[in-house]
Amino acid sequence: MTKSKEWPLWEVFIRGQHGMSHRHVGSLHAVDAEHAIKNARDVYTRRNEGVSIWVVEAENISASSPSDKGPLYEPARDKVYRHPTFYDLPEEAGNM
Amino acid sequence: MYAQMVKSTGKGVQALEDMSPQDRAFQERIDRGEKIEPKDWMPDAYRKNLIRQIGQHAHSEIVGQLPEGNWITRAPTLERKANLLAKVQDEAGHGLYLYCAAETLGVSRDELFEMLHCGKMKYSSIFNYPTLTWADMGAVGWLVDGAAIMNQVPLQRTSYGPYARAMVRICKEESFHQRQGYHIMIKMAKEGTADQKRMAQDAFNRFWYPALMMFGPSDKDSVHSAQSMAWKIKMNTNDELRQKFVDETVPQAKFLSLTVPDERLMFNEETGHYDYSEPDWNEFMDVISGNGPCNTDRLEARKKAWREGSWVREGMMAHADKKAQCKIAAE
Ligand SMILES: [Fe+2]
Ligand SMILES: [Fe+2]
Ligand SMILES: [Fe+2]
Repeated sequence: MTKSKEWPLWEVFIRGQHGMSHRHVGSLHAVDAEHAIKNARDVYTRRNEGVSIWVVEAENISASSPSDKGPLYEPARDKVYRHPTFYDLPEEAGNM
Repeated sequence: MYAQMVKSTGKGVQALEDMSPQDRAFQERIDRGEKIEPKDWMPDAYRKNLIRQIGQHAHSEIVGQLPEGNWITRAPTLERKANLLAKVQDEAGHGLYLYCAAETLGVSRDELFEMLHCGKMKYSSIFNYPTLTWADMGAVGWLVDGAAIMNQVPLQRTSYGPYARAMVRICKEESFHQRQGYHIMIKMAKEGTADQKRMAQDAFNRFWYPALMMFGPSDKDSVHSAQSMAWKIKMNTNDELRQKFVDETVPQAKFLSLTVPDERLMFNEETGHYDYSEPDWNEFMDVISGNGPCNTDRLEARKKAWREGSWVREGMMAHADKKAQCKIAAE
């Protein structure tokens, strides 16, 4: 028997009922996008988990690399003034 | 349990100060409770162990469909049939979540199947026992899924991100499995006819010890545990989980008026736990090494499905490739 080509890997994103963004839920194998959506419906929405499905072939995803953690995220660390709690306001100002 | 005897590749647990700087940084990440993600650096042995463990877990979900699939067409009512079908379909889903988690470690789906088919990878010993009567569907849901839950709940906190996330999904779905099984048992053991009560007791007798075996060998013989626990790919020892299972299951059996098939079973006031008899570990070793009552059937069923499905896999891929070619040509 000749070794056949494995079905490509797809990443699956689902949007739930309550107006949230699509969220990554997992992956699966399928021959094309249409097939991937059908499979995603069976594998990831057996209990009304979603109202919309996105699939994207895994090899088309570009990702940041773990070794870039420092340069990418460190700079945000010392910018505490981007958070509301940085600013001490008097109680008289009310809720803000 | 679903991964009962995962052989570890490491040479035993090393002390932090004896580790290479890279290994040490990795262990410290795990100790801090950080999740390890697919592209992160990890020791080879961690990767290999996880592939074995997640693979074994995935195979168990898939092979685990067979003993229950055996009763779908013979369920006593349409409602029971729908319940069982939904449960078995969930198990297929569990297998798929887990295969995907294993694939993030660099093994392919086809390789995993091949290793199952040639006997290089195992699945849980529990699925090598036959399901002889309808009462077995009750016993399996109640005891087998019950034992699975006990093992899977702590694994939601395991160190490998994709594995932990698969476990979260699986745990959400498992509780229905156990409840539908216990529901069958209530109907038969509590509300049933004399014959049905006898069937329920018989199913319980046959599944009790195999369910205890699901947690793997006793701690004193469990050679692979220490490294896995240091890596947080195993969260509790085998005996801890087994005891927890016994403590929870005995009162449930009492409620059903079923007798636990263990004359030594007794509540120990001092420890606050039930004392119980260990399963026959020779039988366990026998079943895990291929000589259980259904090993040949189970494996043959998987191989047949793989063989006979090959024209579908190939045909669909060829069709998709052709469609893609046409699309390029048209552009
Ligand atoms: Fe299961
Ligand atoms: Fe499962
Ligand atoms: Fe289950």
